[in-house]
Amino acid sequence: MMKDNIDTKVGVDAMETKFNCRDVQVYYADNHAIKDVNVDILDKTVTAFIGPSGCGKSTFLRSLNRMNDTIPICRVEGDILLDGEDINDAKVDPVQLRAKVGMVFQKPNPFPKSIYDNIAYGPRIHGLARNKAELDEIVEKSLRRGAIWDEVKDRLDAPGTGLSGGQQQRLCIARAVATEPEVLLMDEPCSALDPIATAQVEELIDELKANYSVVIVTHSMQQAARVSQKTAFFHLGNLVEYDDTNEIFTNPRDQRTESYITGRIG
Amino acid sequence: MPVFWLILIVLAIAAAGFVVGRSRALSSAEGDARKLHSLPSFYGNNVVIKAIVPAFLVMIVWLLAQPLVVASSVSGLIPESAIPDNSSRGLVMAEVRRAADGLDAAVASGGMTEDFARNARADFNDVTERLQEAGAIVTSQVTQPVLRAAQRFRVLNATGKTLMSGAVIALSILGALWGIRETKAEFRARNTVETSIRMLLIAAASIAILTTVGIVLSLVFNTVEFFRLYPASDFFFGTTWSPSFSGRGGSSELGVLPLLWGTFYISIVALLVAVPIGLFSAIYLSEYASSRVRSVAKPMLEVLAGIPTIVYGLFALLTVGPLLLSVFGPNGLGWMQAGTAVMTAGLVMGIMLIPFVSSLSDDIINAVPQSMRDGSYGLGATQSETIRQVVLPAALPGIVGAILLASSRAIGETMIVVLGAGAAAKLDLNPFEAMTTVTAKIVSQLTGDADFASPEALVAFALGMTLFVITLGLNVFALYIVRKYREQYE
Repeated sequence: MMKDNIDTKVGVDAMETKFNCRDVQVYYADNHAIKDVNVDILDKTVTAFIGPSGCGKSTFLRSLNRMNDTIPICRVEGDILLDGEDINDAKVDPVQLRAKVGMVFQKPNPFPKSIYDNIAYGPRIHGLARNKAELDEIVEKSLRRGAIWDEVKDRLDAPGTGLSGGQQQRLCIARAVATEPEVLLMDEPCSALDPIATAQVEELIDELKANYSVVIVTHSMQQAARVSQKTAFFHLGNLVEYDDTNEIFTNPRDQRTESYITGRIG
Repeated sequence: MPVFWLILIVLAIAAAGFVVGRSRALSSAEGDARKLHSLPSFYGNNVVIKAIVPAFLVMIVWLLAQPLVVASSVSGLIPESAIPDNSSRGLVMAEVRRAADGLDAAVASGGMTEDFARNARADFNDVTERLQEAGAIVTSQVTQPVLRAAQRFRVLNATGKTLMSGAVIALSILGALWGIRETKAEFRARNTVETSIRMLLIAAASIAILTTVGIVLSLVFNTVEFFRLYPASDFFFGTTWSPSFSGRGGSSELGVLPLLWGTFYISIVALLVAVPIGLFSAIYLSEYASSRVRSVAKPMLEVLAGIPTIVYGLFALLTVGPLLLSVFGPNGLGWMQAGTAVMTAGLVMGIMLIPFVSSLSDDIINAVPQSMRDGSYGLGATQSETIRQVVLPAALPGIVGAILLASSRAIGETMIVVLGAGAAAKLDLNPFEAMTTVTAKIVSQLTGDADFASPEALVAFALGMTLFVITLGLNVFALYIVRKYREQYE
């Protein structure tokens, strides 16, 4: 029934669909972590995944760029289509997929390299720059998009690990942006940050949606309400409800969604 | 009383003290353990410590000091006239000790009564005869002064032992009584016991450190002695190593450079083998191998580290040498004259070092957090790009440290060199020539029959000191690198 709802909604929506997910199942060995998830993620939109801890929202996010491949016991079933192409197809190279679908992690994880090299890492391995001048340009553009250029422009040779937590996370966002992805997946990007850094990152996410489809996993319902246009509520491995953020927070259709957003469960 | 029995008695006193101390503590609190400052067993342990520690300390010191005291007192009994011209007081004292041992053996086997052994007026011809009958080896006639000294030696030793037993047992009992007297409900037994344990640990650590200092000092004194006999500049800058054992040092040339060159050449060959193989296997094991392969392959690799180096030496001598000779020898390329060569020793030493490099590197690579790899994969990097550009740079300081530790192992290696590299000390670039190392020469200088005071023997200490300084420098440098460049991942 819900599937129908979503389908009609997608039909109504003028936005282009980026991800088409149908009957997605994820297993960790025998543990059925994601059950029958159907969701359409739109381009140039911020989609928030909310839900209590352990509900599978991060697992589902990681299956969108096949990061689960790095976990040996993990198994993904069902169709996940990116621009109509099945990403789990044997023909798809996960390396190219991940260049298209960038990811930002919960804990800032800058490489033990200079700020410049952190940003230039992706463009270098994908051969995006023909010469040093172009690379410089990409680095500057990415750092500007990561809203951190002004803070680091005088010390591009300093190690990325020497920045503060909030700066590191924005550096990681800039690093992800530098490879020109089409989708940006963010796994609780603000959970290790203080409120000021969180506000900076949220502002950044809002700007990023002009160019990218952004999917953000968050524990904070306020954050989901602030930054996203679409919200998906996960509970115990099921996608309970997926709708416009306004709808979810003001007029939830499912009893469980209402309980969660009002703080009765989770 | 034998020392073994003495130890048992002290332990028995301590055990009794434990029981008494514990029950006294309980009775002082009217049987209610909650009123005690510490748990009852702490009071018992307090008594045990006080009964054992002082007693054993005195025993150890006594056992070390008694031979010295007895020897100095006995050697005073020997008149100058009793020392033959071509002998020394030390040799006569050795004879005295042998005679005393002979008397002991004779008494023990019943060939002599204790009274007879002690009889100061005994006829020494008779004594000699009886000693020979009893099977105690007496090479020549026991002389009057030696017999007297031997008798005195026996008496002093026996008295010393009795006194020691008495003193140790008395001290043990006194200590136990002291501990029991202290035992009251409000006595802080726990704190006392904890302090004692800390002291014990400090003592263990100090012994380890002091031993190192002792080793260094023994090297230093002999090295200084060597440089008094042989000019330091000739040693450090001489390019010829040709010790002469007949010329009493006069015609020896003891230049260290050929030995150092051999050491470094062989070590470099070994590292050229060990570092790539070790590092690549570490990368395979930590990044690519499934946990099943890893659980089998890693222990098997570490078996290499458990093989004694003499076995590696045999491998070099019997397998690798002939194998190389068949390829590079006179019947092959003609670069190699004999199976023992830099290449032989270097290859085998490299095999020995593989587990060092791989095991340490594996631990270091595993310590690089998964979030680094995720970050790289998330940007679309392949596995080898991730390893080359993220994992290895992050692990590099640790890997460099591992390599430096392996090289100090290589520099100090002896057995493989003795068997695999030959004994010729020369400065040559051909890796198929026989060469030798500092360690191999230390062995050959000390196992010869050279006079121990000659520069040919003392040079071993100078060589050891040189080696020690080099490996110490390498180790310090390795630790410095590891500490300085270690990445802090929160």
